[in-house]
Amino acid sequence: MINVIETLRIYFQYPFVKYAIIVGVLISLCSSLLGVTLVLKRFSFIGDGLSHVAFGAMAIAGVLRLANETLLVLPITVICAIILISRGKNAKIQGDAAIAMLSVGALAIGYLLLNIFSASANLSGDVCSTLFGSTSILTLSPVDVWVCIGFSVLTILVFVLFYNKIFSVTFDENFAQATGVKANIYNLLIAVIIAIIIVLAMNLVGSLLISALVIFPSLSSMRLCKSFKSVIICSAILSVICSVTGILISILGGTPVGSTIVAAEIIVFFICCLIGNVKGI
Amino acid sequence: MAQLSCRDVSLGYEGKTVVEELNIEIQKGDYLCVVGENGAGKSTLLKALLGLIAPNSGEIVFGDGLNRNDIGYLPQQTIVQRDFPASCFEIVVSGCLNHCGLRPFYSKQDKKRAALNMERLGIESLKKRCYRELSGGQQQRVLLARALCAADKMIVLDEPVSGLDAVASEEMYSIIKKLNNEGITVIMVSHDISAATEYANKILHLEKKPLFFGSKEEYLKRDISKKFLGGAECD
Ligand SMILES: Nc1ncnc2c1ncn2[C@@H]1O[C@H](COP(=O)(O)OP(=O)(O)OP(=O)(O)O)[C@@H](O)[C@H]1O
Ligand SMILES: [Mg+2]
Repeated sequence: MINVIETLRIYFQYPFVKYAIIVGVLISLCSSLLGVTLVLKRFSFIGDGLSHVAFGAMAIAGVLRLANETLLVLPITVICAIILISRGKNAKIQGDAAIAMLSVGALAIGYLLLNIFSASANLSGDVCSTLFGSTSILTLSPVDVWVCIGFSVLTILVFVLFYNKIFSVTFDENFAQATGVKANIYNLLIAVIIAIIIVLAMNLVGSLLISALVIFPSLSSMRLCKSFKSVIICSAILSVICSVTGILISILGGTPVGSTIVAAEIIVFFICCLIGNVKGI
Repeated sequence: MAQLSCRDVSLGYEGKTVVEELNIEIQKGDYLCVVGENGAGKSTLLKALLGLIAPNSGEIVFGDGLNRNDIGYLPQQTIVQRDFPASCFEIVVSGCLNHCGLRPFYSKQDKKRAALNMERLGIESLKKRCYRELSGGQQQRVLLARALCAADKMIVLDEPVSGLDAVASEEMYSIIKKLNNEGITVIMVSHDISAATEYANKILHLEKKPLFFGSKEEYLKRDISKKFLGGAECD
């Protein structure tokens, strides 16, 4: 035990470990805040779909040899998010089917593009690290960290300021609209924020595992809490604990960051289920 | 002047007409019951009154000091809501949101209004309870309290008793009648024709075109009501 603490103390002297923890905490916090809304709106898979879109966009950016990928990836993801969330219920293709279509399509196109145009010798390594999250969270530059801090603060601020509206739109969109709340605008807002979070989170867990960050904390906290506010707060806390634990374990044990975090989320979920059952919720 | 009037309104989705030739007028304090078979366009009519869909032609005019935002709405419940993790108070107070404008949080006044409306419907004891743990009747009352927070001039109810047992339905109807007696205009969709003819003062029988619009007494004299009632409830 003392050994572990000693090792951690040494690791914490490296800036990259601090960066990883800061980014990990912020991203898991943001994704868990919106995760509750997405799960309740039956949009659990949007994280998955959008992250594949981001993957596809990254492939395009790679082919075009853009210096700053985010400039292309972020707008494309935001547009797709807006299309998915605000198409309304009357659209020809059902919500889940649309997400699945976009998700699989973007993944395939992205991989195809990379295969045809990639200059890299280690293609499967590259793809694997974008999909499952690489060590890239351990190679963050100060600029990356500041960008992440900026967007996270923005997300949290927007979430707090629009909390009541987001609640209303999540619980009953029709009612909100009928009584003169601009539901469409808030849906748009949710879409934009979630897209930003997903692009940021790709660094952390990779595009395949983002859904886990979005879904698990909210499902866990829904087992325990009885009001919307407590669900949100609880899922934020659980999410932060899981990602910090996951990052530390992966540094100590050399396991992949993304999968370790998700494993932690799964364990917490089962613990919450257990507590929920015991308490008879 | 009528609080709400539809002039030659036709409604539909993507070119398909669902309701047409609709001319109705609703006065302050009316209790209008909309009846008709499944798919007759009842919910569609409500959506148009609430501004959720725009009429294909004709116009819906508000008068007598009523704005579109002064209408409270009790929707047909969705599956999403049944297991929603929220406390009753959170849901009721969310009805006040349309008074908030850009203000991010509820004022003391909003919270008081929510508490008052919960009292009005006899659910103040449920304040802290979780919505998904309530019975169907209690859930409906929570949603009705929310509707009253949003607006207290007119409420629009879409099948408020579907899924409730006889006792709970009766309670729901008497609450709605009480609100109507307090001066709130009520527009209600119902399959329960006996309740419709008991409580309402006006009936709209919809079957794509309005087959009948007028007072309850007149409706009961017509053949069309006999067909719908199966001759059983008439007296
Ligand atoms: N979102 C929609 N898009 C396209 N068509 C729709 C939509 N909603 C309803 N319809 C169609 O409009 C018609 C009227 O539907 P509506 O929901 O108004 O019926 P209703 O009278 O409320 O029936 P119920 O008693 O079953 O609630 C139906 O034929 C239905 O198929
Ligand atoms: Mg209906």
